[in-house]
Amino acid sequence: MTSVIEVSHLTKRFRDTVALDDVTFALEGDTIYGLLGRNGAGKTTLMSIVTAQSFATTGKVSVFGEAPYENARVLNRVCFVRDDQAYPSSATALHAFRIARLCFPNWDQALADRLVTDFRLPLKTNIKKLSRGQRSAVGAIIGVASRAEVTFFDEPYLGLDAVARQAFYDRLLEDYAEHPRTIVLSSHLIDEVANILERVIVLDNGRVIMNDAADDLRNRAVVITGDSAAVAAFTAGREVIHRQNLGNVTAVTVLGGMSPQDRAALAANNLEVSPVTLQQLVVRTTQDAPRSTAAA
Amino acid sequence: MIDEGKSLFLQIAERVEDSIVDGSLTEESQAPSTNELAAFYRINPATALKGINLLVDKGVLYKQRGVGMFVTSGARAALLAERRAAFADTYLEPLMAEARKLGLNAEDLAALIGERFNERIKQ
Repeated sequence: MTSVIEVSHLTKRFRDTVALDDVTFALEGDTIYGLLGRNGAGKTTLMSIVTAQSFATTGKVSVFGEAPYENARVLNRVCFVRDDQAYPSSATALHAFRIARLCFPNWDQALADRLVTDFRLPLKTNIKKLSRGQRSAVGAIIGVASRAEVTFFDEPYLGLDAVARQAFYDRLLEDYAEHPRTIVLSSHLIDEVANILERVIVLDNGRVIMNDAADDLRNRAVVITGDSAAVAAFTAGREVIHRQNLGNVTAVTVLGGMSPQDRAALAANNLEVSPVTLQQLVVRTTQDAPRSTAAA
Repeated sequence: MIDEGKSLFLQIAERVEDSIVDGSLTEESQAPSTNELAAFYRINPATALKGINLLVDKGVLYKQRGVGMFVTSGARAALLAERRAAFADTYLEPLMAEARKLGLNAEDLAALIGERFNERIKQ
């Protein structure tokens, strides 16, 4: 598979803060990515620069092999749905969709109409007067119906109720199956999107700390629970990312898969092993608690 | 419905195997497509494809160009044999671990199993 976007040694500074710190990665064609990380990790900044809405301090961005700035050949193949998209003061959703239709050559009006029904979106109300969820729906519809070769969604679910979020994921997946393309979902609701992601990129403090196949991350860490002394003995020398005590019972999150020998040792010592969800893994690896080894 | 900690594509392959084992997906009939599996389990189509490919490599499914995936003749018998072989490890080991904790020995277990079996037959 070939890369559609390549980012190398990208750094972005705002006065004293470093929003992106030497970021390098590539996005492949026809893949759904999760772009995860805490608030302020640099996700929105990264998406803005890649879509030519903001400038890098240093580093290089290439989209379909070209520099994206003021480059129409590239920009109408890329769609960035911002969570805080600004619209002209008197614009309605209908206006926004008409503009999108002109911008994006693959726009599917029938799909947009169906999504309007799914989201129960009023078309003739001024966007400024819509609720937060309805404004998110406008962006979500543009993102899906534009069918751009690369689409970025920045927290597309803000204010959407559970029914609307499910409709969004289902329609996105359905349309992706028929029309594969590259989709980047920036989300804090990790559990909701975990199963539809093929790859996961995690940003923390402006750096890429994970860039892996989602399936590999499912086996990246486990929680080991049991008698504190037995847990300490088993986890000695392993990389512990979280620890919790309840009386004589300790629950420890360790990185690394469990070999059959490990499983046998765990069973022999009456220790319980439970899987760590993608959301828990991201929480544990991006929280500020200092890392420690079991021996410490 | 989806179990954390186990590769998703393996789980998808197991679900399809389950339907073959329980007879809801018969031999020589068409298996669900990658996109149908993706929509039903709400997973990435690439993951569903990986699961399907695993079953093709295993000889459980075969591809008919331009039509789709079909269940191989003899797949059910092969899966039953495989599952019977794995039965002790998958089901008896955890059962015995709990039995040991409770102080039940092999005879106690055998008696309990016999009792339950007979109850089921009466129903």
